[in-house]
Amino acid sequence: MAEFTLPKNSKVKLGKTFANAEGATNKKTFRVYRWEPDSGENPRLDSYEINLDNCGPMVLDAIIYIKNEIDSTLTFRRSCREGICGSCAMNIGGTNTLACTKAINEFDGDVAIYPLPHMPVIKDLVPDLTHFYAQYASIKPWMQTQSALPPDAERLQSKEEREKLDGLYECILCACCSTSCPSYWWNSDRYLGPAILLQAYRWIIDSRDEYTGERLDDLEDPFRLYRCHTIMNCTNTCPKGLNPAKAIAEIKKLMVSRTV
Amino acid sequence: MNLQSPLGRVRGLGSAKEGVHHWWSQRLTAVALVPLSLWFIYSLVVVTGADYATVVAWLSNPLQAVLMLIFVISLYYHAALGLQVVIEDYIKPEWQKIACLILVKFLALLAGLSSAIAVLKVYLGL
Repeated sequence: MAEFTLPKNSKVKLGKTFANAEGATNKKTFRVYRWEPDSGENPRLDSYEINLDNCGPMVLDAIIYIKNEIDSTLTFRRSCREGICGSCAMNIGGTNTLACTKAINEFDGDVAIYPLPHMPVIKDLVPDLTHFYAQYASIKPWMQTQSALPPDAERLQSKEEREKLDGLYECILCACCSTSCPSYWWNSDRYLGPAILLQAYRWIIDSRDEYTGERLDDLEDPFRLYRCHTIMNCTNTCPKGLNPAKAIAEIKKLMVSRTV
Repeated sequence: MNLQSPLGRVRGLGSAKEGVHHWWSQRLTAVALVPLSLWFIYSLVVVTGADYATVVAWLSNPLQAVLMLIFVISLYYHAALGLQVVIEDYIKPEWQKIACLILVKFLALLAGLSSAIAVLKVYLGL
């Protein structure tokens, strides 16, 4: 059966509490998932109370504040701090999102922070995305053509053709959508998941690409594509406001349109 | 020990090159079942409480018999397609999955054919 409960060694226990906001009026508690691969212990939930007057407005600012000022052992990925690299994707307040674009004041009460759901954890908030990236590589995310590039020109695209890539090219592959998808939780060994399928559609619909048929052939599979059951978690959670569910629906429509 | 590359694992056995027919059939039967189910419920309401001869006479009408045949065939086909997806989603051990798939298909065929023959029996007055 699909796994509905955590295995014994993955059960999250209550961890340490760090109070760092004595006397502050503007304070907030962050409950953060912690797990070290070397300790052999279960994951735990550490609480950090911080004075928001000392830290920036975003959840990432708070996590960086915790690492710099309270507990340097806290491990997480981050880079651009402006929602374009996708590194700081994590589950904040029960929703997958980017820590850098999520404002702290959007949350009432404590803020719970976990790594992206149902992925192997490397340490603390860092999930192992090896399989996700391999799935991305498998859809050949580059332009494939038969006709040779004219020596003195680019491959041209009309404004209308270019517009078809809007809502697709903005995807930063943060994996928020795929890791929010129950179908991906249960069957990610064979199902490509919303992020990769949106990327696949980005190349299928590109007017300059000449391998549309082969791309559809590769996706035509009960698991790779058709595990999508239109649950729509992907679209609800996308921190970039994209619509992977619609991209998948468009692929399904193209599949039908070449048979009927 | 699995030293296969991540990409090798993802590419696996390759694409099955099928799934469109399943998806399209499920949608077609779903669309067909909307009016058919309404007709079926309406018919049940009309027929409820009537005696045996009236029900037989009602189902002996070619229109009602054909609608009933399409209804039961669509229903069991749609159910088999849907249950197949649920089983593929949730049942992990390969032999259990295959066993459940076979069971569901056989039961759907059995129930569908039995229903169809029952309708034909009444319609043909056998």
